[in-house]
This record gives sequence, C-alpha cells and structure tokens, in this order.
Amino acid sequence: MPVFSYLAYPVSGSKEQLLNDLAALDFCEVTPAENQAVLILVTDTPDEETEKKLQEKLKALKSLESLGMTFGHTDE
Amino acid sequence: MDFTRRDFIKSAALQSAVTTAAVLFPGISFGAWKNADSGAIEWKKTPCRFCGTGCGLLVGVSGDRAVAVKGDPNCTVNKGLCCVKGYHSVQILYGKDRVNKALVRKNGKLVETPLKEALDLVASKMQETIKSHGKDAVAMYGSGQWSITDGYVSSKLFKGCIGTNNLEANARLCMASAVTGFLTTFGLDEPMGCYDDLDHADVFITWGNNMAEMHPVLFSRMLANRKSKNNVTIIDLATRTTRTSQAADKSIIFNPQTDLAVANAICYEIIRNDWVNWDFVNKHVSFHKGKTNIGYGTQDHFKFKDKAETVDWETYKAFLADYTPEKVEKISGVPAKDIKYLAALFGDPDKKVVSYWCMGMNQHTRGTWINNLVYNCHLLVGKISQPGNGPFSLTGQPSACGTVREVGTLTHKLPHGVVMKEGARKMAAKIWDVPVENIDPKPTYHTVEMFRALDRGDIRFMWIQVTNPMVTMPNLNRYRNGAEKDGRFLVVSEIYPTPTYDVADVVLPSALWIEREGFFGNSERRTQHNDQIVPMPGDCMSNTWQIIEVARRMGFEKQFPWSEETYIEDIWNEYIQFHDTPKHRMAPYKELKANSGLQWPFVNGLETKWRYHAKYDPAAEGEDFDFYGKPDRRAWIWLRPYEPAAESPDSEYPLWLNTGRILEHWHTGSMTRRVPVLHRAAPEAYVEINPDDATRMGINSGNKVKVSSRRGSVIMKASINGRGRPPRGMVFVPFFDESYLINEVTLDAFCPISKQPDYKKCAVKLEKV
Repeated sequence: MPVFSYLAYPVSGSKEQLLNDLAALDFCEVTPAENQAVLILVTDTPDEETEKKLQEKLKALKSLESLGMTFGHTDE
Repeated sequence: MDFTRRDFIKSAALQSAVTTAAVLFPGISFGAWKNADSGAIEWKKTPCRFCGTGCGLLVGVSGDRAVAVKGDPNCTVNKGLCCVKGYHSVQILYGKDRVNKALVRKNGKLVETPLKEALDLVASKMQETIKSHGKDAVAMYGSGQWSITDGYVSSKLFKGCIGTNNLEANARLCMASAVTGFLTTFGLDEPMGCYDDLDHADVFITWGNNMAEMHPVLFSRMLANRKSKNNVTIIDLATRTTRTSQAADKSIIFNPQTDLAVANAICYEIIRNDWVNWDFVNKHVSFHKGKTNIGYGTQDHFKFKDKAETVDWETYKAFLADYTPEKVEKISGVPAKDIKYLAALFGDPDKKVVSYWCMGMNQHTRGTWINNLVYNCHLLVGKISQPGNGPFSLTGQPSACGTVREVGTLTHKLPHGVVMKEGARKMAAKIWDVPVENIDPKPTYHTVEMFRALDRGDIRFMWIQVTNPMVTMPNLNRYRNGAEKDGRFLVVSEIYPTPTYDVADVVLPSALWIEREGFFGNSERRTQHNDQIVPMPGDCMSNTWQIIEVARRMGFEKQFPWSEETYIEDIWNEYIQFHDTPKHRMAPYKELKANSGLQWPFVNGLETKWRYHAKYDPAAEGEDFDFYGKPDRRAWIWLRPYEPAAESPDSEYPLWLNTGRILEHWHTGSMTRRVPVLHRAAPEAYVEINPDDATRMGINSGNKVKVSSRRGSVIMKASINGRGRPPRGMVFVPFFDESYLINEVTLDAFCPISKQPDYKKCAVKLEKV
C-alpha cells in the first residue's frame, strides 16, 4: 500500500491544466502552490500493481514536466 | 475524528512535500494545505542522528512504533525544516536485517549467542589480551555518531581504568584539522559563532564545501537570507562544480591543494589595499610561524611536532610577497581578478562575511594550515565573533563536537585537557575515582596509526562502535587485511551487517538513537537531549550500557555504579564537572531535557551565541574582543605556505581522485541504503568524469570504467554531467556504497599536525572496461 508525495512541475504555462489532469486521476490528491508554478501530489494506491499503472498514467500527462519525490512509504 | 495510521502517513507525505517546497522556493504558499494533527500520534523531540547540523525533529509515535517525522519548530537550528534524510530517519529503525541478537564467530561463522555470554567473552578476551600483550594491546574505536555518554564511559574505562590511551573515534577522519586549526589560532576548540550568522551575513564563502547536499537545511537558511535581502552574495570556492556552485552567485574553481595559496593571496590583497582593520589587529592579533616541509605521514610510526615562533608584522608581510594574485593564479588556476574580488569582499567595511567549510578543508594533508589561513582572512579585517561575521567550521557528524571533541575520545585527550598535562590527569582521576597513575601521560595511536598497529600486531583487540572503518579507512586493503590476520580479536557494536561486521569476532546488537536516551552536540556548541522514544528490538542495548556491562565484568564496578533507570542522567551529572567554568559550562540535565538543544557556555541560565566578545560571552573580559584561549589573549595569525599534495597526478596516474558524500546517503550507507526511498533515489555509487575527459576517452554515462591507483582499483559506472561535475583532470566518487570500495584506491596520507587523512586528493587512472 504505497504512499508517495511529490513536487509536480508543470510544462510552462500549464499549471491549471496539470491541476485538472492530476485531480482527475484516481488515488491522487493535489494541492497547488498559490504563488509558484509547482503543485504537491500525494498518491495513495492499494497495491504495487495499481501503483505501477498510476505511474504509467502520470508519465503520459502532457501537462507534466517532471516529478520530484519528497516522501515515500511502502509496507515492505 | 477517526484518524487512521494510513491517514497519518498521508499527512506526513503532504507535510514533507510542503517543507521541501519551502526549501526550494522560499516564501511559497499553499492556501489549501492544512496541517493535520489529530492527536492520534504522540510527537516527541529528538535531534536528527545524521549530519552535524543538529536539526531538531519531532518523531510521531503510534503504539511502540515511530511512524513519522517532522521538523521541530521550537528548534532554532532548523525552525521546522528537515532534509530528505531527516524526514526518512525513523525508517532506519526498521530494516529487515536489523541486528537484534549478539553474534559470536564459531568455526568461521557468526552464530547467534546469548547476549550475556557475548559480553562475558568480550570482557574475558580483553583481560586475556592485556595479560598476555599489555594494556596498549587493546583499543576502542568510536564515532562522532556516539551519544555523549557512550564516549564518556569509553574514556573512563580505557583511559581511567585500563590505563591505555588507545581510544580514538572516526571524527579523526572528519574534524581533526578543524580542532587543531582552532587550537593553534585561538587556543580553544569549536566555533566562536552560531547559525544565527546565516541570518545576519551579507557574504557567504563556502570553502570546498558542498553545503547544498551536505548541510541542506543550513544552506536553505542561507538562500532564504539572500531571498529576503538585496545585497547577499554567495561565493562557492571549490575544486568541482556541485549543487552549491549552481545555487551560488559565483563559482570559483581552484586546483586541488592550492586553497593554501588562494587564502594567502586574499590576505596579500587585503594588506596591499590597506583594508586591514588596524585597531583590531593591533589590539587582538599576534603573528607566528611554524615548521615547513612537514611530510605526509604515509610511513608507519611517523612523528611530527610543530614549533611556534613569534614573528612581527613586517615578517608576515614579507612572507605574503610570494602570494600575489598573479603568482597564485599560476598555481591555483583561479584568475587574479577573482582573488582580488574575494579580498575586496573581506575588505569592504560595510559587508559582514561568513566562511563555511567542512571536509574540503579538513581532509587535507595541510588541513590545520588551511584552517589557520581562513582565520587569517577574517582576523586581518576583524570580521569575527559578531553576528554575521566569522569563520565557521561545519561538522560532518551529529556529535563529532559533543562526544569526540568535548568528551575527548581521542588518544591525547581527556574530558578536560590533554593526557600530557598533570592537572588534567589529576582532575580526571578525582572525578573518575581512579589512581592518577592509571592515566598514562603519553598518547599512543591516532586513527590511521591505530589501524596500522592492528595490522602490525601491536594492537590485538579492538572494539568498534557506531562506525564502519572497513569501508572508510583510506588505503583500505592494508587495514582490512590487518583486521583479518590471525591473533586479532574484533568486537563490533552494530545495527546492520556491514563490511566491518564481516570481520568481527563478536557482534553486539546496538540500540539506535531514539531507542535509548542520549545526547548529541552539534556544530554550533549546542547540546541536544533525547528521551528513549521507542523500545529497543530483541537483545539490543545502548552502547553506553554495553561498555558499563563489560567494565563491571572487568572489575570496575565502583567506577560504573549506575542503575539502568537513571544512568544517562547520572553520567551527564558526572561528566559536566569537567567543564564547570564560564568558558565551557554545560547546561544541566533538566534544562536539556526540556529544551530543543542549548548552547555552551551555558552560564546563569543563558546560552552563549558568540564567543570571544564581551558583549556576548560571559568568559570574555574588557570592552570587546578577548581571545582568552591563548596566553597572550590574542588570536594568532599563522604564516603557512602552500605545499603540494602527498600524491599528485603524473604520466602513469594522470587524474586527481576526490571522494565524498551525497545528499541522500549517510556516510557508508549502512542505514540510508535500507530506506527504500533513499535507496531508489541513489541506488549505487558512480564515478563523475569531466565531459571533455570522457569524450577524449570515449566514455559515456553508464559505461563501466576502472578507477585505479597504486593501491587498488574499483570498477563502476561513469556519470557525466550528473549532479556534480569535476574539472578536467579530476574524477569524483561518493563512498556510500559498500559494493564499490573507493577507499581501496585512496591514500592514507594525513595532516602531520591533526593526523586527519586526505580523502580528496590522490592520483588515479581511468580505463573503459
């Protein structure tokens, strides 16, 4: 049951789009910064398989420039 | 509110991201974020157990388990911030292969053994070795990650009871040059300033110090200062380009070892432009020179003793004539205009200047000298011992200051003073309740020589706690072979299997820092207490109590009388008798328990933030500065020349090798590589190569290359334009990964004054594999 948090950096000018894209994904909670082009993404997936699928979906987002992990927890 | 453990983990994840964002983007705001705190988790304070910054943490405990970490907002060090290691620090408690039972080597294999039996064996083996080979055949090797009480009882046992000075700690490898730098210039150890300087200074110079990765919380405070003002300048003066260089306003690269020449050239320029603070210099500074061509210590039994000679201003000025910026440009590769720029920053009376350094200056065959020379830069302009002005030696480990430097767990030291001084021996004998004759007035072996003695057979028994020398010793092949020789007996107190554990005859299971009560002492003279926060697993025992158990078995019950319930408090109360003067008074136990760290000297209920200035320091006399550590009550400017490294690149080995740490991993990685997030972030070591060198040799990132010196070789992956970029002619390898033992390649040369090895400079070659 992995939990991760990330700083999510949008493609230039796509902060709102990235907010919408992330908010639309299951297992994702997103908190935008008010005064910087960065968002916080917290993911909470039930198992490794779901986590892998979510990672694929994140990679496919056109509004997402990069993710920087800030926290990770797995029940390993 | 129904708040589950999982909710809590998510809250911690969010909090971690918010804090990281705050470090990267000072002033960032998250309107939608609410700091969830249900009360379901109990938060308890502790210092972080990694670097010497001494961040205050709050550990969230659910039941018997530590489940989360956040920065302690009441701790003035980090003000609620943490770095990535700090946030994940409690996960080091729960690695799958945690050592929680004693192990004894039987028929070549480590076998689980009752703890009592293992402790009996340690005591009897030590007694047997003393009987057959003498008291100086047994040794203890500890750590700047020891809790203060661990170091204190080891000193009492070895120096006071057994009567040998065979006690050293790995801080010899990281801080010894800072100590001898302080002692030779000021007469007393440890910095005069504090972290408040980060908020006050206008100019920061990092001398060979990648603060962005090694002291990230302090670096973030520096960046926050720059963000909040218009006039703050950060200069990175280094031998390779790092994340610190990238964040600095100016990056200046010098050739390895030539910082000595650059510092002298800065002083030359200060004098040439008459930027000297004459009032300060005339009243508070004296001038001295020592021996030159002092050697490198690469041979066994190397001896050196410096001799100070007082000189005058004119002699100092004449000495600096060899260090014009133009001459030094040729040695150092630093353009003369950049040297002049640095001097102008020091010389500007309207700018407050702080210098920071750590291993770059300390792991240096002239480590004491370069510490002296940076002090010279500050002393010539009187920028010292005031808010925002001062040289500041950062510490690598959480208690290198508290345990090693203050308790004195080095061969020549006692908790107060040195073994060579009769007064210091008498004080120790009285407090320890041992005959003064027990304390040997002659130091024995510093760390490198101690492992040479183990190899030679002069030492037969060694007890190692909280450190991993079979990864960290330079010229490692010799010392591992020595440890494995017949007739050697090694006891290793550990929490996880390591290469040092692999050569042990007995492994004692140790408690981690929040599994026992203890104290650390950080870079800024701050003592920090933690309670036991979670239970110890299995048969784990604090290192302090392990030593007490063995001491009692050896017949020293009288000197180690404490109960398991109160021993930490009782030991603290005994220890602070050694420092009961306004120059070094430690805070009482109850005060430390109640606060997130307190700085010494702690006098009349107040901390001392800046030493050697009457406005801030209760031990200082007069109106302003008082360098009371020296008999002439002046700070000493030293004439220290540039001398080359012990080994430089040549036609056979054409590259410099530089080694060090990275952000995600603590030292040899024995803890942080067991934290999944940190391990995934940096799963294996690598060799950083300059892009031009790589192109010339046909090497791409990820290619396997062989790094070889005259002592050994390692095959590892190349990294080009990664997180760091060495200049042409240099490679850099981090030492966190025990799969790639880069210290088989390094050289065991050391500073003849501090005896600290130089891990930053030796000659290697590269071959594509």
